[in-house]
Amino acid sequence: MRAAPLSPHLSAYRFAYTMALSIGHRISGVCLALGLPVLVWWLMAAAADEAAYGRLIEVLSGWFGKLLLLGWLAAFLLHFFNGIRHLFWDAGLGFERHQARRSAVIVAVAVVLAFAACTWLLFFSGNAP
Amino acid sequence: MAEFRLPPNSRIDKQAGKTWPAPAGAKNVRTFRVYRFDPNDAGNPRVDSYTLDMDHCGPMVLDALLKIKNEVDATLSLRRSCREGICGSCAMNINGVNTLACTRTCDEFGTGDIRIYPLPHMAVVKDLVTDLTHFYAQYAAVKPWLQSRTPAPPDRERLQSKADQEKIDRPSACILCACCSTSCPSYWWNSDRYLGPAALLAAYRWIVDSRDEATGERLDALEDPFRLYRCHTIMNCTEACPKDLNPAKAIAEIKKLMVERQH
Repeated sequence: MRAAPLSPHLSAYRFAYTMALSIGHRISGVCLALGLPVLVWWLMAAAADEAAYGRLIEVLSGWFGKLLLLGWLAAFLLHFFNGIRHLFWDAGLGFERHQARRSAVIVAVAVVLAFAACTWLLFFSGNAP
Repeated sequence: MAEFRLPPNSRIDKQAGKTWPAPAGAKNVRTFRVYRFDPNDAGNPRVDSYTLDMDHCGPMVLDALLKIKNEVDATLSLRRSCREGICGSCAMNINGVNTLACTRTCDEFGTGDIRIYPLPHMAVVKDLVTDLTHFYAQYAAVKPWLQSRTPAPPDRERLQSKADQEKIDRPSACILCACCSTSCPSYWWNSDRYLGPAALLAAYRWIVDSRDEATGERLDALEDPFRLYRCHTIMNCTEACPKDLNPAKAIAEIKKLMVERQH
């Protein structure tokens, strides 16, 4: 007889919408926290002077800056819409299987639509910063 | 800290799996890939492939497993008893989802191979049999019995209104199969301190019982960052429950009671 093995878990369990949204919520939360220094920089630059703000805009309107902003936009939207879903759960609502599945679809659709709309407004509408 | 990889002694040895072909002449065949581990062998766990003649096999996944055990490979170990979803013995992971082998037909799992593993993140005793000692201890820890100081009426039972009975109808139907707890990633990483959906559903069943008089003590015992609050509402438990119960909602209701009693 030897030590009992641990049965497969992550490698065996089907990666369903439940786990996808849960881990997505966590990862997007971490990304948003990592973006906070940039937000602080943004506010400080805006409070300082035109030259400081110009430097910020220069960095953020480069391709890498835009890529980061798009990433944070996606993270924010996922965290925001899924956070509303969690608020309903905290109130004890929407726990039945069909309700949880429907709210997951609503979150996914809302994130995609809002991301498309914001991206268009930010980069293609002609009013880009 | 969450350990995402299996320990070295638990990783599946992909070369070691044995193959048991279909009997000659079988037309309607289906392959079952079954997790195997024998504590008396030297090797790591492996996955054996059994191809069965489905024209001579019952419809349920449990029928297929028993056919394997009876006619193909008697060394396969699994728990089973009632074969009608009331004992909870044959809980296992079928095609990636925890469920009871006796209440699911093979046809429900499409037409491809069917993957059968033990309940996830548990110590494996042999093949599909996992060690449930800790799981049962957690159930016992929530004191799943009526606690009351008031003596029962001398001439009758402790009566309940229909509405009060309905509150405990669904939670009482839990068969302790462990499908929910072992589907929960939070339970995988924290089962040493987190009670898990099954034990918390049982706790809820007694908390909302109108005849129970230990509600405060029960809530006190759960007011802990780990025992109750490692639930992050992932919802795997409610998705997995083969009895259509709702452990996630029960846990949310307990969290609500924790807040309400502070006001």
